[in-house]
Amino acid sequence: MAEQIHSTKLQDKIERNVFLMFIMLAVLLSIGGLVEIVPLFFLKNVEEYNKHPEILWQRQPNEKLTDWKAGDGIRPYTPLELAGREIYIREGCYLCHSQMIRPFRNEMERYGHYSLAAESMYDHPFQWGSKRTGPDLARVGGKYSNEWHYQHLLAPRSVVPESVMPNFPWLAKNKLDPAHVAADMRGMRAVGVPYTQDDIASAADVAGKTELQAVVAYLQVLGTEVKFEPGVEYRE
Amino acid sequence: MEATQEQKYNFDVVRWFSIMAVVYLVVGTLVGVYIASELAYPVMNLNISFLEFGRLRPLHTNAVIFAFGGCTLMASAFYSVQRTCGVRLWSDKMAWFTFWGWNLIIVAAVLTLPQGITQGKEYAELEWPIDIAIAVVWLSYAFNFAMTIARRKTSHIYVSNWFFLGMMVMITYLHVVNSLAIPVSLWKSYSIFSGVQDAMIQWWWGHNAVGFYLTAGFLGIMYYFVPKQAGRPVYSYRLSVLHFWALMFGYVWLGAHHLQYTALPDWTGSLGAAVSLAMIIPSWGGAVNGMMTLSGAWDKLRTDYILRFLIMSLAFYAMSTFEGPVMSSKTVNALSHYTDWTIGHVHSGALGWVAMVGCGALYHMIEKLWNTRMYSTKLVNLHFWTATIGTVVYITAMWVSGIMQGLMWRDYDQYGALTYTFAESVAAMHPYYVMRLIGGIIYWCGGAVMLYNVLMTVTVGQRRTAAAGATA
Repeated sequence: MAEQIHSTKLQDKIERNVFLMFIMLAVLLSIGGLVEIVPLFFLKNVEEYNKHPEILWQRQPNEKLTDWKAGDGIRPYTPLELAGREIYIREGCYLCHSQMIRPFRNEMERYGHYSLAAESMYDHPFQWGSKRTGPDLARVGGKYSNEWHYQHLLAPRSVVPESVMPNFPWLAKNKLDPAHVAADMRGMRAVGVPYTQDDIASAADVAGKTELQAVVAYLQVLGTEVKFEPGVEYRE
Repeated sequence: MEATQEQKYNFDVVRWFSIMAVVYLVVGTLVGVYIASELAYPVMNLNISFLEFGRLRPLHTNAVIFAFGGCTLMASAFYSVQRTCGVRLWSDKMAWFTFWGWNLIIVAAVLTLPQGITQGKEYAELEWPIDIAIAVVWLSYAFNFAMTIARRKTSHIYVSNWFFLGMMVMITYLHVVNSLAIPVSLWKSYSIFSGVQDAMIQWWWGHNAVGFYLTAGFLGIMYYFVPKQAGRPVYSYRLSVLHFWALMFGYVWLGAHHLQYTALPDWTGSLGAAVSLAMIIPSWGGAVNGMMTLSGAWDKLRTDYILRFLIMSLAFYAMSTFEGPVMSSKTVNALSHYTDWTIGHVHSGALGWVAMVGCGALYHMIEKLWNTRMYSTKLVNLHFWTATIGTVVYITAMWVSGIMQGLMWRDYDQYGALTYTFAESVAAMHPYYVMRLIGGIIYWCGGAVMLYNVLMTVTVGQRRTAAAGATA
């Protein structure tokens, strides 16, 4: 009985040889990922700056990160913002807040212009999120004052009674370490973020600042980098 | 006869994996219950950093997926590969390395995640030193498994082993590519990918952790333990061949459906959604093949509580693999994405399918490995009903809250303005978050009952059987 072939010859062969089965699986399992992922690194219409170069900050050789003004275009995070982003990830904010506005009328009225791929080009890893237990934060920058954010992070229900967000009292106590921030910036440069030597040196500016100030600096820059022109379709 | 089996096979490592799986089931769902309480009553965050929701949520997902799911997969794969191949594990030493390695990784997760040490990628939070350890231990598991098959006494490789093998290959791909990062310090690294490419790679990983770890692997469990427990051969060999290759080829494409309407190019999301719809067929192929294995033996469900777990799990599997493609279609996804519906969907698969089929297999193995009956069949039945009711309460709460969220966010009043603020939608979720918490507590109680029953079985129950054997 064992020698009888119940299916095709190929299937029979595969079922008799674990190494053949392994190779068949290794090939078959790689196809979907290759087709969906690899083109994203090469296709010109994936990142909007190929068609709309004005959305990137055109930085002049002697300009500092602090010379940038809201709407000047997409740029790497300042040391303080980057430190804030690290804390945002550490506390798992992305598990309840998305940073990806979809092109629907209700989302654009609630949160602002739909998100561009290029807006997260310096995000290692991306922070689009998958869940909105709290609201989307892709364009929260500039919507509230720094003082509102401080109060909200320390005691959310004191400003939004319905909120289920945790209190983050420790953020006000913990101070930033400039050496850590500089190391993080060098790490970011290693994965492709264009920080200059001067940018990394400017990590010294975060000395004495609290984690709370860093998170708020990060939140205040979100979604403010690109100046969207009315009537322009940035994404196909 | 059992004595010779004991000498022939390495059952000790399977015993340890089985016990640890039950322990992690209780621990992982306990963390889940706790974070559910934080969403219902935010005061439960207690202003303590390592109990904060955002830090504990990765601990919950890692504990249930990698600790409970991992130990269940390792126990059942190592058990069934020896039984179906008629040979001992290729290397005992390597099997113990897998056991200790995997458990140390879990300890490392418990120590790092509540401190906020994370790569910030969902279901792949663990930092780079732990990631390297995962890759090494995982490969030791896969290599030992494949080498055991290579030395088998049977002519053909049994179907459950195809699924385990597929899972092992794919999880290796996913884990290695998704975790590529440059270390900054011992406990910190940056993904080499950013933005849209990172999003696609993350959800290629994210969906296939579900598709291979929690589906293909657990289908492997189904293909061994359902026929064994029912005492019937698999319903259709042909169906198993077809749905195996279709599942292996198709599942890989689905990740993109998590990113529809985002800044990912439209073609990628649509492709993911299209393949998702087609995946109903192979998924239901597996469910039908498992259920129909009971043809002519349906009466066993009246008396065999372990079989009930296995069959109920297939019902939940069929349901959530129907729900998934529906949610990935663009129209539904526009509503369901970002809402609690996704959480409900995951839990109908995780609580209803993965944990149910896993517990059924664990009960089966514990009876065989300790050569005894469960200490109390009444408690097995109690676990069955608490698990079923807990799952239904949980997913019903999340369906209602998820759809309600989606509708509130897009609702317009008669003047063409958004009807609800976001905060109003949060307030409206409260009763459902409480209901979800209750469902979770019920489910957790079932797990605790199982742990008690298993511990009694391997201590008291085993002695009882031995005494009965001696007097007989």
